[in-house]
Order: sequence, then structure tokens, then C-alpha cells
Amino acid sequence: MTSTARTAATDQPMRHPAETTLDAHPVTAAPAATPPARDRQAEYRTLMRKWWFAAAVGAPTMVLSYPWLFPGLGALFARGSAALWWLWVAMGIASLAVLVYSGNQFFSGAWEALKHRSANMHTLIAIGTGTAWIYSTVALLFPQIFPSAQMTDVYYDVTVVVTALVVLGMAMEVKARGRTSEAIEKLIGLAPKTARVVRDGTEVEIPIDAVVVGDVVVVRPGAKIPVDGVVLEGASAVDESMITGESMPVEKRAGDEVIGATINKTGAFRFRTTKVGADTALATIVRMVGDAQASKVPIQRIVDVVSGYFTPAVLILSVLGFVIWYDFGPAPAFAYATIVAVTTLIIACPCALGMATPMALTTGVGLAATHGILIRSGDALQAAKKLDTIILDKTGTITLGKPAVTDVIPAPGFEVDAILALAAAAERDSEHPLAAAIVEGAAERGLTPLEPTSFEAVPGHGIRARLGDTRILVGKRAFLEAAGVQAAALEHDAARLADEGKTPVFVAFDDRVAGIIAIADPVKPDSRAAIAALRELGLEVVMITGDNQRTADAIGRAVGIDRVLAEVLPQDKAHEVRKLQLEGRTVAMVGDGINDAPALAQSDVGFAIGTGTDVAIEASDVTLISGSLRGVVSAIAISRATMRNVYQNLVGAFVYNGVGLPVALGVLYPFFGLLLSPILAALAMSFSSVTVISNANRLKRFKLTEVAA
Amino acid sequence: MTPDKILITIGGLAVVGFIAWFFWFKRTAGVKASLVSDGYQEQMILVKGGYTPDTIRVAAGRPVRLLFRREETAACSEQVVLADFGKSAPLPTGAVVPIEFMPGDPGEHEFTCQMGMLRGRIIVEAAR
Repeated sequence: MTSTARTAATDQPMRHPAETTLDAHPVTAAPAATPPARDRQAEYRTLMRKWWFAAAVGAPTMVLSYPWLFPGLGALFARGSAALWWLWVAMGIASLAVLVYSGNQFFSGAWEALKHRSANMHTLIAIGTGTAWIYSTVALLFPQIFPSAQMTDVYYDVTVVVTALVVLGMAMEVKARGRTSEAIEKLIGLAPKTARVVRDGTEVEIPIDAVVVGDVVVVRPGAKIPVDGVVLEGASAVDESMITGESMPVEKRAGDEVIGATINKTGAFRFRTTKVGADTALATIVRMVGDAQASKVPIQRIVDVVSGYFTPAVLILSVLGFVIWYDFGPAPAFAYATIVAVTTLIIACPCALGMATPMALTTGVGLAATHGILIRSGDALQAAKKLDTIILDKTGTITLGKPAVTDVIPAPGFEVDAILALAAAAERDSEHPLAAAIVEGAAERGLTPLEPTSFEAVPGHGIRARLGDTRILVGKRAFLEAAGVQAAALEHDAARLADEGKTPVFVAFDDRVAGIIAIADPVKPDSRAAIAALRELGLEVVMITGDNQRTADAIGRAVGIDRVLAEVLPQDKAHEVRKLQLEGRTVAMVGDGINDAPALAQSDVGFAIGTGTDVAIEASDVTLISGSLRGVVSAIAISRATMRNVYQNLVGAFVYNGVGLPVALGVLYPFFGLLLSPILAALAMSFSSVTVISNANRLKRFKLTEVAA
Repeated sequence: MTPDKILITIGGLAVVGFIAWFFWFKRTAGVKASLVSDGYQEQMILVKGGYTPDTIRVAAGRPVRLLFRREETAACSEQVVLADFGKSAPLPTGAVVPIEFMPGDPGEHEFTCQMGMLRGRIIVEAAR
């Protein structure tokens, strides 16, 4: 039966040179991505059945292959006896059954690959076990064609035991692969099944798929929030840890956004649905994590080239090994040559090579996701490992991004309220965060700003407005002075406020300086600790801000940052990133993802920080769902651990094959008389791929450095 | 050197040559994706021990829809990755999974399983 699964055929429209543009492919909610997990369970059960059968046949076969080594059996099955011949016939039939039942996937897999003119692990095992069985059967049925009786020993034990061990290795591999993708499956499992919505004035429980944008959803204490929306009425604390990684519940009241799959604590509220299905934050996260897990770390491209040549190269080595042992090896040369060829085929492990990077990437990206860190791709991960400099945008990253008026210093002859009221009138249509602070400051004093007759914003400098006949200038001192206003009288006050970490905003009416409004943006409680942790990771921390140098320095001192880039206009942030890169540094930029977008794009790794879940994701390499700087520390620590794991796996896989193949070919024989048995080779081969996956799974136990709040 | 050794050596070298030629020098012309009514270039790809067809020719600048159908349970092929186009998808056994993308400039792009064991090629040709 054919079904059409529109699963995670996902899009990353911004970063791929091969692609022009195409609208996002329609995707359904995440649960459609589960069938591979079911496939894996089914495959694991099948492989275990095959292993038990092969092991059951393998144990007696091992013993009966060498009956003369066992006192009782030696007499019963003497060399050259008819009893031994019939015993070997029975073993030949039993091992054929093992090949057909337990090892059929090697032969069918090899055949399918052969049809595509390619070779893989199945090809090597099929040729290896097949050769051992055919050689044994020919030796058993036609001993006369062999020049010596020594050459007519059978190797059915090799056939059976190698099949058993490789099948067991595959089963363990399937199991371990499942564990690497546990994180994404856990995320998928968060999706609620039903929602309680108001329809025709009554509350009804409906399946999640039936919820539409605009539905009013009722959330009771302890219930899971089904979809994304905005709170209409009621208030509660919501546990968002499963999405943001932040353990503290977040207070929600009317107007606040709620995220689907998070859990309501004690209060009750209603919210209006804004996103459903594939548009929800959870679906976006699942899609992003899936994409990142399937992406490639740049180093993988080198591995891909090696893998492309690897299996045919092993086939060639095996043939050359056969020829060399036949030509120059000890007697019986044909038997030795066959064993060397078979061992070479069996010990090679293309899987360890192929899995080294994807397994670590899958685990690392999944681990990050469980901490509210969305890593966009393997490129971002590799780049994050090389970082030596990190630029933090001040507003919203180091500080809360909620500036407030702290002081108003009037010039002689001006009133505080008049300054605030006229400044608020000038700023009321501005979108600048400082403008919002002034308007809010005026409102707190009960002042209602009037509507300006004209308004002009000069980005990065200030506001020019007119209210009736009054000309108003609000902005930096240089902005006022450029307009011919003398502001020197307030310089001392401005310097004092700046030293306190406040931003002095100058106000002038009709070309006369009227006063200073001081605005401060409180530092987030954990910024200082997070910055210290970043420095401990060996990074130089740089703060970038549009604030004046004195204010910026004061904030820098407060949070422990030495290098401060102040008075940087929003459009020049990307240029500052570039300048640092020209110093030979690998630079990360941390910003809120909207007005920092060009700087995020210019940096080697862009971190978008904040509770935004959609816009920011597209603009950055790494998105931190929570607003805390600690997420940056965790993201860099996870990236480094993941890349370390990738390198460990790659070195392990290359060293294993690099040492294993020559040993299988018999390089130790001339010096120590040692020749590897195909059975030991099978054991090593199975062990190597399981080791790679187990090492990747070790990442899940990676402990993030706790940054004190 | 005895005649049998000479024979084995010559035979072995011939086999080596054959392996190199068979696996490393394959060049298939590939299958041209067909244009369907919604303007997409579409091609069904069977996933079983490899990709059939494993070389797909598409015209640049026209959207492409590849329909992957996996007919095996081997874990190797459970995911397909089109790294150059930033696309990937899990392939549940027996399901048809579409992957859509817009090919840019003419050139060659690989699609692989997650481990890079199974490989296919997309040849983007200049649109006529």
C-alpha cells in the first residue's frame, strides 16, 4: 500500500547557493516523522531473531569444526574419516541455512548495490562469507582438485560466526541509532493531542488538527497549552522549559504570547490562537532540528570523498592480498590466500566511517534543542568551535531591552514636566526603544503627549519635530550642536549620568538646550556571570552599542567587558564585525535578530537571542529561544563538545581501518607469525561501528557549565 | 614463478582493473525529469539498496519535485539528504516522500543517505 507522507521535506531557503527560491513545501505537524522509529524497532526485532538463529547454529559449528581439539570428539570424528565428512556436510547445510535466513540481507543488499554499480558493507560481508562457504563446500565435495589434504579443511564456522557477529553488531547499531535521535522524538512527543476551545459560546474538547487561527482556547490549571497564541484574559505562570530550556516558570497575562506544548501551572486563562499545525513554534523547532541533524559538517565532505572510494578499494586490497599470499605465502598457499582475502573483506568497516559525523551531529543538535538552543546546520557547529571573539549587542542581549527614564536634568529656566511632555510629543511616533522609554516616562508622570505637527527621525542621531510653533530636537549632543544648539552647559551632568551607565538624551526647544533626559536599561541578572563564562571558554568578549562611549564603558565595567564599541550606528554594526574579522578573528555576533540581522549575517556564527520564535530563526545560525546569555555559553560548549566527538569518531574510524586492514592482510605474519582470524575480524568490525555510535551517545551525558544567575 | 602463480597474478590484476572500472568509472546519462501539469519537473525515485534512477537530469530555473519511495527497512537508507539544496527527509518504508527545490545554475549535485553510502546525482542543465 502506498501512502504519501509529506513529512520533513524541509526548507532552509536562505543559505544554499545551489538553490534560488521556492516557497516552503507544505508540511504537516511533526508526528508524521515517527515512522522511521517504528521501522527501526521492527528492524531491531528482525535482526535479533536472525542473531539468535545464527548463534544457535554457530556455537556447535565452532566446536565441531575442530573436533580433534576436543578429547571425546577427536576419536569419534578422526581426520579423513567418513564420520567427519558427514559431520561437515551437516555443518555445510546448517551454515547455508544461516546464510539464507540470518545473512540474506547481505546478499540482497550487495546485489542491489551491484545493480547501481556501487559497493557497501553488505558487499564486503556477502563476498567474505560467501567465499568461505563456497571454498569449504568445494573442498568437501571435490577434495581431489586440491593439491594437499591440508587445504581441504572447511571454514563453515567462519561463515556462521561472522554472520552472527555482524548481524548482532547491526542490531546494536540500530538500537543505538535510535538513541541518538531520542531528542527529536521527545520534542515530537510534546505535541498535544486535543485542545479545549470556545465554539458557539460553549467550551468543547476538539482534536488539535481541528483548531484554527482565531479560535479562543481555554487553558485550565496544569493543562498543556495546545497551540501558539496571545492571552486574552486570566493570568498564570507557564512552564516553558521544554521549549526554552529555562527552568523558571514565566508569568503570563493579557497580551502575552504563549507557546504550544508548554505547561500551564496554577492559574487559568483564555488565549486567541495565532499559529496552528506546521506554523507553531514546536513544529518549526522540530523541522529545524531535523534539518540540522541531516545537514553536513564541512569536514564530512572530505569523509564523503573517502567513503566513495573506500569499499571498492577494500575489494581491490582483498584481491591483491590473495595474489600476494598465493605467490609468496607459506603452504597451503591457496587456503592462506583465501583466509587473508576473506579477513580483509570482513574487517573493513565503511559504516564506522560513514556514521562518524552524522551520529555525533544528530546527538549534539538534539542535546542543544533540549536546552532551547536551535543550531541551524553542521556549518554553524563547526564554525562555533573555531570562535575566538564574541560581540554582544548591548540592548536586549546584555540588558533587558526595557529602557526607562531615571533622571530629568533641566537647564536653567526649564521645567522637568515641560521637557518630558514636549520630548514625549516629539518621540511619540518614533519606533526607537529610547523613544518608548520617554513616552512611558511622561505617562508615568501623568503627562499626555500632544500630537506633533511635523516629525522627522534621523536614525542613530535623534528626532526633529515641531509642535505648533515650537521646534523640538531630541537626541545626541552632537545632533543638537550640528543644528546650532549650544549644549556645553549640561556637559558635566551628561558625563556624570554616562558614568552611571545611563544614556543622556539632550532636548532643545527653539534652538535652546532645555535639559537632559537620562535613560537606563537594566542589565539582565545573569549577564555578568554568562560573560565571565564566555571568557573562561577563551573568547574575547566585545560589547557593541549605539550609546555614547562613557555610558557604554560604564555598562561594560558593570558586566566585566573590556572592549566596548560605542556610538555605532545600527547600519554600521556589520562593518564593525567585518573589521574584527579583518584582524584575523573568527567572530560570533549575538543580537536580537531583527535590527542586528546584517551583523548576524556578516559574523561567522550569528546567535539570535530572545523569546522570538520565527523571524529570528531565519536570520541566524543559532537561535536561543530563551532570552538569557547563558544560552550562548551552552551553545558554544555543546558545539565544541560535538565537534570534539566528531573528530574522535573520525580518528577512531580511520585508525581502526588504517590498522585493521594491514593486520588482516597479514603484515604481522613475516615478523611475528600472526595472522588474524576472520572471526576476530568480524568481532572487531561489529565493535567498531557500535563504538562510534556509543561515543556519539556519550554526548547526551555532556554536562553544561552551570552559570550562576 | 610457477605457471599457476603467473595465472593467479594476471587474473588478480585483471579483477583489480575490473573492480576499478566497474565502481569508479560509471557514467550514466541519467533520466530526465518529466514536466507535470503544475509546472514542476517530477521524478519518482525507488530507494532499495541504492537510488533508481540514481542520475536525474533537470532544467535550471524550473521547480523540481523528487518523489522518494523506500522499499526496504535497512536503516542505511532511512533518510535522504540533498545537502546542496538544504533539504532532507526521513523516508518511512512504503511511503512516497516528496522533496521540492528550485535548481539554480547548471551543475551537478549529490543526494545521499545520511551516512553517504547510497548516492545519486542531480544534473542541472541550462534551460532551453
